[in-house]
Amino acid sequence: MSIALHLALIALLLALAFWTVVARETFAAVAGFVSYGLLLTLAWVALSAVDVALTEAAIGAGLTGALLIGATSRLRKTEAAARAERPGRATRVLAAIVATAVAAAIAACVLLLPDPGPSLAPEVAQNLASTGVGNPITAVLMSFRAMDTMLEAIVLLFGLIGIWSLASDRYWGGRPGLAPVVEPNGILAYLARVLPPIGLVVGIYILWVGADYPGGKFQGGTVLAAMWLLLLMSGLHDAPAVSQRWVRLALVAGPAVFILVGVLGVFVAGAFLGYPEGLAKPLIIVIEVALLPSLAVTLTLLLMGPPQRSESSP
Amino acid sequence: MSPAAPVNLTTPGGLLLVLAVLLPFAGVLLGLVLGGRHAQRVAWLTILLGIGVVLAITRASLGSGASLVYLLGGWAPPLGVALRADGLAVCMMLVVAVVVGAVGVYANGDFGTPAGQRETRAALAFWLLLLAVWGSLNLVFVSGDIFTLYVALELLTFAGVPLVALDGRAETLQAALRYLVYALLGSMFYLLGTFLLYGAYGTLDIALLAERVGAQPVTWMAAALMTAGLLAKTALFPLHLWLPPAHAGAPAAASALLSALVIKGAWFLVVRLWVDVFPGIVSLPAAQLLAALGASAIIVGNIVALRQARLKLLIAYSTVAQIGYLFLMFPLVQALNATQQGNAAAVTGGLLQAISHATAKAAMFMAAGLIYSTLGHDRVADLRGAGRALPMTITAFALAGASLIGLPPSGGFLAKWLLLSAAIATAQWWWVLVMLVGGLLTSAYVFMVVVRAMAPAAPGWSPKKQVPGYQQAAVLGLALCSFLLGLAALLPFDVAQIGRAVVPLVGSP
Repeated sequence: MSIALHLALIALLLALAFWTVVARETFAAVAGFVSYGLLLTLAWVALSAVDVALTEAAIGAGLTGALLIGATSRLRKTEAAARAERPGRATRVLAAIVATAVAAAIAACVLLLPDPGPSLAPEVAQNLASTGVGNPITAVLMSFRAMDTMLEAIVLLFGLIGIWSLASDRYWGGRPGLAPVVEPNGILAYLARVLPPIGLVVGIYILWVGADYPGGKFQGGTVLAAMWLLLLMSGLHDAPAVSQRWVRLALVAGPAVFILVGVLGVFVAGAFLGYPEGLAKPLIIVIEVALLPSLAVTLTLLLMGPPQRSESSP
Repeated sequence: MSPAAPVNLTTPGGLLLVLAVLLPFAGVLLGLVLGGRHAQRVAWLTILLGIGVVLAITRASLGSGASLVYLLGGWAPPLGVALRADGLAVCMMLVVAVVVGAVGVYANGDFGTPAGQRETRAALAFWLLLLAVWGSLNLVFVSGDIFTLYVALELLTFAGVPLVALDGRAETLQAALRYLVYALLGSMFYLLGTFLLYGAYGTLDIALLAERVGAQPVTWMAAALMTAGLLAKTALFPLHLWLPPAHAGAPAAASALLSALVIKGAWFLVVRLWVDVFPGIVSLPAAQLLAALGASAIIVGNIVALRQARLKLLIAYSTVAQIGYLFLMFPLVQALNATQQGNAAAVTGGLLQAISHATAKAAMFMAAGLIYSTLGHDRVADLRGAGRALPMTITAFALAGASLIGLPPSGGFLAKWLLLSAAIATAQWWWVLVMLVGGLLTSAYVFMVVVRAMAPAAPGWSPKKQVPGYQQAAVLGLALCSFLLGLAALLPFDVAQIGRAVVPLVGSP
């Protein structure tokens, strides 16, 4: 991309970020945030960080955007009251000054970083062969720093337990979200009939290709979650009750398989999360395939919120 | 360069560190699948096994007299992630195991699944979150990598915040949300600092970083960002505003976990960074600033605690004050380092303060819970009769209070004595003054509560509810731990200093 294009991208990013902060309407701010996320995806592509771009598009803009839009619609009734409680001008100016100062100091530090910076990339490349995968980022996430990835999957689960714990006791064990309204001839129902098969293939492809090219379970899982959400929102399918055994099993299967493969490593490779010679790639694929549905179910249910109606509710 | 290269080999017993982290997490997974009262059973099985693991870690650590190390996946840092447990980590894991066990016993009374119901919300969430908090804290203590530590902080946040709102009342939801905002901002600052350190030094490993960091603006900025983030999570004055409503509004067992343990995670990380990673980077004035905030916390927290009408809020503000003591150690460590006296007294003093506060505060919150159940309220002015109805519990409250004040032979006494002697050895008399005034203020509210609770009940009064004896025993047990901790001074060895002599002091040429 030419320098002019880059500059235009930067200017737009800054403008959208500014808009998101100053917008008065919550919905306007969310709209700014989602567009900001999509543009940020372009920026990562321009920096040749395709893995980061995919994640930003799927999770940063897509999933977070959907979550925020959902929150906005729930907050609409109280928005006027909340605005009345807005902090005074002096507080806001002070906050702006502090935030700008911190950002400027961090920017100055980034400019001071050594160039070229010290990097572990050569070492990763050197050891890539023994992991059996071709994408160095997958090697970092699934082999060198597999512990972090396992823990991230567990963090998501903790988040879901936290959200569920906000339910009212009356509806515990019931279904999340409001009862769906079916409009069989609506555009949403049409999309929900057409898109999911395609989305399913795309999600699994992103997972599979992640071994050697940009992609992976988090991005793939997000695509699957989006497809399920589409089905739920169109009313063609109802959200499952949180007490269902299969829901619980689907949630923990991925992290559980990850831990079990890690324990297997103690016996066959001499270290927790170690992979035996030659079996690294198959085992990594086992973990990723187990994580994909777990992540998709966790992300979908995170967006659906706590149980809000009884299990027998339509 | 330092002569002692960081030990980068898995040591015997290293695998126990993985177990200490993953056993509680595996318990969460299993408990979620089985659900209902099985979750409680799984939690109990995990607590018993987990205590065994921590004891085995202690034994291995005492046996070898060195840090335990485990290389995950067999990859050595900087490429891989190492788990390391020095004496500090082992001590913290021990106290967390003790408190989790006692809170577990207490919670049997409050978070059982009633007969006739398959699963209730609060019980399931509590038992899962109890294990989640435990595993996350163990990870904070043993992780040797600043990014894994970030993940540990996130785990701890998402395990801790829902505990605040277990009651489901609107004001606890608001308190939980405020806590979440503080905690997430703290995480973000910590993460920004982590990025800067990786960008400048090409490693995330604590031992390698300690060797590589140099005194330059990027390091200062990273240290400042990470410290600020962690202070918000520890609730050091003036970032303490989220703490009192969050800790006071939670159910007693959850308050005990939050106030005794969860905030110590972020504090432990500040110690790790300031004492082990940045000893040559942070300056004495910066350490004085931290301690000045601590001193303000002691004074303000204690005075506000004195003015509280509700017992749980009083205890929560007392936490705000006690957090202050935890930060008095930093200028003492710096000054001891600078004068080549060895920082053992200040580090052990800080650690003992953390341990004695953890046991004492958990006991106090649970005692307040029992008082609330018995009287039907927790108004400080109207506690009469509590001493007659709950003699064991009021004794426990008094013993825990004695430890907070710093009366011998309590853990609080030994901690404050070590900190006082370090302050005198480095000629920083003003911290001595702060500690003495803090002790006086603390004794005022502890005596106020105990004296009012000992007053005879109104004629014809009867307890609202009989509390089970095992709950009272758990509270008394914890309070005794805190009160008798000072006897640790008689131990022939200093567990806290295991594996710490090899930590290279960098920055001084």
